[in-house]
Amino acid sequence: MSAAVATERDELRSVISRNKLFEGLFALVGLMIVWIAVLTLLALFISLAIDGAPRLSWAFITSFPSRFAEQAGILSAWIGTVMVMVVTALVAVPLGIAAGLYLEEYAAKNWLTDLIEINVTNLAGVPSIIYGLMALGLFVYQFNMGQTVRVAGLVLALLILPVVIVSTREAIRGIPFGIREAAYALGADQWQIVSQHILPYSRGGILTGVIVGLSRAIGETAPIITIGALTFIAFLPPSPVQSTPPFINFDWLASPFTVLPIQVFNWVSRPQQEFQLNAAAAGLVLLMMTLLMNALAVWLRYRFRRQIRW
Amino acid sequence: MNDLVTADVSGVQPTSRYLQKRAIIGWLARGVLFTAAFTSVAITFGIVYLLVSESLTFFAHVSLVEFLTGTQWTPLFFDPQYGILPLVSGTLVIAVIALSVAVPGGTIVALYLSEFAPHRMREVVKPFLEVLEGVPTVVYGYFALLVVTPVLQTFISGLWGFNMLAPGLVMGIMILPFIASVSEDAMRAVPRDLREGAYAMGATRLQVAVRVILPAAFSGVAAAYILGMSRAVGETMVVAIAAGLQPSLTLNPLLPAATITAYIVQVSLGDLPRGSIGYQTIFAAGLTLFLITLTFNLIGFFLRKRVREVYE
Repeated sequence: MSAAVATERDELRSVISRNKLFEGLFALVGLMIVWIAVLTLLALFISLAIDGAPRLSWAFITSFPSRFAEQAGILSAWIGTVMVMVVTALVAVPLGIAAGLYLEEYAAKNWLTDLIEINVTNLAGVPSIIYGLMALGLFVYQFNMGQTVRVAGLVLALLILPVVIVSTREAIRGIPFGIREAAYALGADQWQIVSQHILPYSRGGILTGVIVGLSRAIGETAPIITIGALTFIAFLPPSPVQSTPPFINFDWLASPFTVLPIQVFNWVSRPQQEFQLNAAAAGLVLLMMTLLMNALAVWLRYRFRRQIRW
Repeated sequence: MNDLVTADVSGVQPTSRYLQKRAIIGWLARGVLFTAAFTSVAITFGIVYLLVSESLTFFAHVSLVEFLTGTQWTPLFFDPQYGILPLVSGTLVIAVIALSVAVPGGTIVALYLSEFAPHRMREVVKPFLEVLEGVPTVVYGYFALLVVTPVLQTFISGLWGFNMLAPGLVMGIMILPFIASVSEDAMRAVPRDLREGAYAMGATRLQVAVRVILPAAFSGVAAAYILGMSRAVGETMVVAIAAGLQPSLTLNPLLPAATITAYIVQVSLGDLPRGSIGYQTIFAAGLTLFLITLTFNLIGFFLRKRVREVYE
């Protein structure tokens, strides 16, 4: 073997081993960044838990906010959150699913559809505080709906509408075209296909999207501050059920309220350390709620994906 | 015999009334679904109408030139000044810090997930990143103010209790999963042939990732950066909690500052009467923010659309 061939071979070897080294390094960096993200979430969780867990108690969950940090609780906050979420879900879910169905099943390819598509995409990127400004000017003042549960529910519904629409569309897109053709061949019309086939088959994906959207809405603070809801609320909205007929009462929709993230923000922006511990405890509750909802969404997606094989 | 056949068929054949009913239901359903889809246009219209109409009254008092070039933002002071530059500078400094974390981090994670990571790992990491994206921003704000800032203060002297650095870094971690997942989608859309061609030529995975996948998915990755930028500019709570709510025209990340969003929060916290000039400033600030993010969002939209057109 000549010397020239040998050096060429050695050079090639060194190039290969160098490339392999770079490749290994890059994989290491990639893994490290993923781990940094994991550790950040962990640090976030642990720091909240260390500060907040001692404050978590039955009394904390069943007390109203107070001037005294030790007596303060999150009763009005979490009940407000539940009420606002009910309104949000009732508005966003039907509206989002209907819009998704239209765009995926009905919409013709024309400028009107393009306009709607661009709008949905853009709305997904509009900062949440802008929704808050719109709600302040339009709902609170022009429609005179006040700084109430219904306005908060409505603005959060509009905010998560793109999430519901997009996940509905993705779920529908997974349904093979053959299903539609088979139904058409049996004489079904479009609405029958949509209501009896498309909607039932895509419900897993839609449900996942709805939960992800609601978990986003539950932690949303900025638009609710903007509508002017950052006030001291030491009472509950009127109960939706009552003992006298008609048993259901809608006054809670028009009631002032507070929600968990607002309570966290309120406490975290006070200088006293005792209140910051309260913020940690309330933040922990909020974080647990969103984590549980996200976990549920991931699990549902996994389950439905396994269940249906086209 | 003949009678029998007609009897049979008439039981199966839909009557014209039935068909009519179905047609009407079909039309109604179509109308309802269209209305729902059209809501999105109505929302955009509502936002634009409101921001513009309230801003117009603001600009009747304050000239556009003063608004865009003034270096003082003190609308609530006795001697009000309406220059939006301090808010814009705060917004940009924090967004740049956030992106300098999120862009390299997000790109590397996306490349790693799409080209390096084993399938199982991707299945675990992707939902985890979604969770990270779903953490309430007010919790991130708490984290930036009460955990990250004190830690940074131990080795950066001169770091204020409220500063732009900590919220910027935290926001970077917050946006990283978003940039990673949008870029990864684009990288996944790159056809297999390109990868296989490169591997056949003897390229390593890193070479495939950096020299083939990244350029091929470039519009999608660029869209991720721009949409990430739009998020950083529009992010509110982290900044409102940890950056200090003081408008100041500075590029020094160790100092406190206010962003456009933080200013809107600050005003909303107080009780400004509707129709006052202070009330109108938040709509002028909001309009500025909306236009900035709208520009980014539209660029991002068309870049992503291009990826789909090229590869699907």
